[in-house]
Amino acid sequence: MHDKTLAELTRSLDAGDFSSRELTQHLLGRIDRLDGELNSFITVTHEQALAAADAADAARAAGKAGTLTGLPLALKDIFCTQDVKTTAGSRMLDSFIAPYDATVVEKLKAAGAVSLGKTNMDEFAMGSSNENSHYGPVKNPWDFTAVPGGSSGGSAAAVAAGLVPAAIGTDTGGSIRQPAAFCGITGLKPTYGRVSRYGMIAYASSLDQAGPMARSAEDCALLLNAMAGHDLRDSTCVQRGVPDYTEELGTALSGLKIGLPSEYFGDGLDPQVEAAVREAIKVFESLGASVREVSLPHTHYAIPAYYVIAPAEASSNLSRYDGVRFGHRCANPVDLIDLYKRSRAEGFGDEVKRRILIGTHTLSEGFFDAYYKKAQQVRRLIRQDFLDAFEEVDVLMGPASPTPAFDLGANKDPVSMYLQDIYTIAINLAGIPGMSVPAGFAGKRPVGLQILGSHFTESRLLNVAHQFQLATDWHRQRPALAEENT
Amino acid sequence: MQWETVIGLEVHVQLATRSKIFSGASTAFGAEPNTQACAVDLGLPGVLPVLNEAAVAMAVKFGLAIHAEIPEVSVFDRKNYFYPDLPKGYQTSQMYQPIVGAGEVEITLEDGTTKPIRVHHAHLEEDAGKSLHEDFHGMTGVDLNRAGTPLLEIVSEPDMRSAKEAAAYLKAIHSIVTYLGISDGNMAEGSMRCDVNVSVRPKGQEAFGTRAEIKNVNSFRFVERAIAFEVERQIELLEDGGKVVQETRLFDPERDETRSMRTKEEANDYRYFPCPDLLPVVLDKAYIDHLRDNLPELPAEKRARFENELGLSAYDASVLSATREMADYFEEVKDVCRDAKQAANWVQGELAGALNRENLSIANSPVSARQLGELVARVIDDTINGKAAKQVFQALWNGQGASADDIIEAQGLKQVTDTGAIEAMIDQVIADSPAQVAQYRDAEPDKRGKMIGYFVGQVMKASRGTANPQQVNELLRQKLDALC
Amino acid sequence: MALEHADVQRAAHLARLGLTDDEAARYVDDLGRILEMVDMLQALDTEGVAPLAHPLDVTQRLRADEVTERDQRSRFQQCAPAVENGLYLVPRVVE
Repeated sequence: MHDKTLAELTRSLDAGDFSSRELTQHLLGRIDRLDGELNSFITVTHEQALAAADAADAARAAGKAGTLTGLPLALKDIFCTQDVKTTAGSRMLDSFIAPYDATVVEKLKAAGAVSLGKTNMDEFAMGSSNENSHYGPVKNPWDFTAVPGGSSGGSAAAVAAGLVPAAIGTDTGGSIRQPAAFCGITGLKPTYGRVSRYGMIAYASSLDQAGPMARSAEDCALLLNAMAGHDLRDSTCVQRGVPDYTEELGTALSGLKIGLPSEYFGDGLDPQVEAAVREAIKVFESLGASVREVSLPHTHYAIPAYYVIAPAEASSNLSRYDGVRFGHRCANPVDLIDLYKRSRAEGFGDEVKRRILIGTHTLSEGFFDAYYKKAQQVRRLIRQDFLDAFEEVDVLMGPASPTPAFDLGANKDPVSMYLQDIYTIAINLAGIPGMSVPAGFAGKRPVGLQILGSHFTESRLLNVAHQFQLATDWHRQRPALAEENT
Repeated sequence: MQWETVIGLEVHVQLATRSKIFSGASTAFGAEPNTQACAVDLGLPGVLPVLNEAAVAMAVKFGLAIHAEIPEVSVFDRKNYFYPDLPKGYQTSQMYQPIVGAGEVEITLEDGTTKPIRVHHAHLEEDAGKSLHEDFHGMTGVDLNRAGTPLLEIVSEPDMRSAKEAAAYLKAIHSIVTYLGISDGNMAEGSMRCDVNVSVRPKGQEAFGTRAEIKNVNSFRFVERAIAFEVERQIELLEDGGKVVQETRLFDPERDETRSMRTKEEANDYRYFPCPDLLPVVLDKAYIDHLRDNLPELPAEKRARFENELGLSAYDASVLSATREMADYFEEVKDVCRDAKQAANWVQGELAGALNRENLSIANSPVSARQLGELVARVIDDTINGKAAKQVFQALWNGQGASADDIIEAQGLKQVTDTGAIEAMIDQVIADSPAQVAQYRDAEPDKRGKMIGYFVGQVMKASRGTANPQQVNELLRQKLDALC
Repeated sequence: MALEHADVQRAAHLARLGLTDDEAARYVDDLGRILEMVDMLQALDTEGVAPLAHPLDVTQRLRADEVTERDQRSRFQQCAPAVENGLYLVPRVVE
């Protein structure tokens, strides 16, 4: 039951093999048993899940099932969920019971999905290993000594471990794609503006985007169908029709033009990762695609530009956590400045403070032009690299991460941790969609193939990924934890 | 030494939208604390702003009214600082690309002369909440109802040279925004507030002196008084060999002085950057043209029309066009009585006097424009005389009748113009006043003119004020002279 | 651009983050290395390149001026650390 994709579960529910309540109970049982060590959930909402499952079973019995009716999933703890604790992985919000639902949550509920709870994450989505959570690190289900990736590490680990068939993540610099790669699942970061950000706790507003994390491209398409679309509450969410993302899944890939950015195959790329990715490219060639090398000449400026723009936005976005209206407040503040300084010092973790400080510094008087304006200019050049490349090819492919999942505690130095995101970060700066699909292993740790497209080409990316998954079974591999038949 | 004062104003105008600039919460004044602060206004985690179209339209209307350039693109920035009444830790404002570019406002001084004051730009931003300092066990209470109310900040060039000019400028802005209907202009409720930049320099010197900024001055009168005090303070300081410090000061109306706000321990660094949650606002020509085509007649245009087409004096035209309510009232009186000068005299005379006495605004006048117009019409067509008209006005003011005609009828104030009736009254008065008649007869002919007043008074009294005074005068003279 | 202890203290104050001297010293080191990495941008010639604030070239949509929110004070204040009579309480603000 816990091994199936959403598409398969829908067929079973329709066939009456089991009910949504039985499925939900089974998965809640697995979470209770297995998540203690894995630590992929911050909050498990047993009662709400069972109530939603019962409602879904009733809807199905009444012939009123929607696309996701009765399907369990988990939400990264960055999405506000009404009457449920929403922490963003931070002590700052340890007591925060959200008074409203994020638009994505509303949409998923409306489609009939059953949320099992809120998944662990790097604090305020700042991190690439899920080690920056106030609620402790998440383990990689394939190897408990490895990180699951971040910042949507809990979502990736829960799906890989068979605790939930799909989860929702967010991606600001790779936070869906890198953990999907590390945990051997399929993840999609949509085009910026495709999915509403309302109710999704902001890290860096011009980069953040929510997306599905699941066991197949087809499942990602089903989820994106429910998540995407215009929202009157988000000015940056585009007014643009939502296609049926499952429609083009079956299109053959003959004639597909694939570009391999030479910069994504350079120094620092783990040979086993490179081998797996090149092997995957061969599969596409066998499916009729043509491959050529392309260049994204500003690739190496992406991380520096990102570490100006994202912290600058974050430093401002996180100013609202001041101990006044919600969130952590220090004990017995002697005056206003003490209230602010202590509440924020106690509420935020180390990496969050680091980014607030960088962002505050680079925006301050005398530095703005040299840092922020410069980074925005570079951002335009980076986007132009992609637009130019997509004049030549349909999709770009490369590794999602230069290495497979690294060991817990291995990257103590912030800069070396930041450099892990070399292949994912530019995509957020450009606002284009990107996916990671399982493409083999380096030892026992999974490798992700990254597929990139031009703005609003999610249908194409899902099609490409789906065809790959019809030709391979990497996405069907499960860690021992998930194999366990209980 | 001769000193010259240099003044620039930053006027914050609360726009009269129904909902807030970035949220659907109500902007109504006076609600229970925090009942009009929605998730967006509170800056709850995850919320996002969406721009209110009416706020944009109002800002553009103002720009068009001052003949300003309206840039095609404007951008919202974040001004970052911590304060309890600022829920997000930043104020969404427009630092680099404001919605209204450079324009000009014409002010009218007391002597009737006019002077153009340049407006540097005007930008949209959100208002903050309010901190209430009454005692909550030594704590301050924060009410965020006002947070997110749209503000238009109008920044002038330092073109004003006296407190009077500054007050006239503020009045001109007040009159434009109320004419446009983009603000209620209620200064007591904080709908219009202003920061005043004041400096002095030796007359003839090109370079500006160091300025002080007086924050949050909330009435026309206070603007004048604050500037007067501040100018004196600065001149005294400079003449004593001191230096003006660039600083923020507060005006204390009770002590009639400005004083330095406690200098913060560090200079502010607002770290402005474009708000990533909002996109560039792009206004196309059709949108701007539509707003331009629907602009109401503005104070300057109205003043010119009153003067040129209605033949009012410059002073009358300026007073009657000062507010939209005043102008609308006057125009209705004029339309009903069909005489602009008489209408102007009545609105500025009897009505203004009565309003002043009872401290009422024209919007709250107990006598409606239609009622006053009908009254004036009765004066013009000689139905009543001037004295009776004042009686009728008082009766209307006191609510003793629905219309001038009703009151004239009820109180029998209709002017008596029947010569026979007047002659009968005169004969009676002459018969009843033998002593006065004798005095009249014995007086030198050039003194008799003054003495006739007694008889006029007696006849008017006998007619209960309704006799036509000219006729009474005329007939009395004839009859008395015939006795001599 | 080198980063000094005072820069970190200044940023911490602007951001209202209480830092001990030890923490500040550590951040001087961390931030220094991050900014060193960021300084790579200076090598790139961006003369004449317009800054890009949003990844898509879209413009602001305008909302109709309608009151759509109702009073939810009691719900919103359930997550507030200190309220009285509907007001959020903070240590006394001296103007």
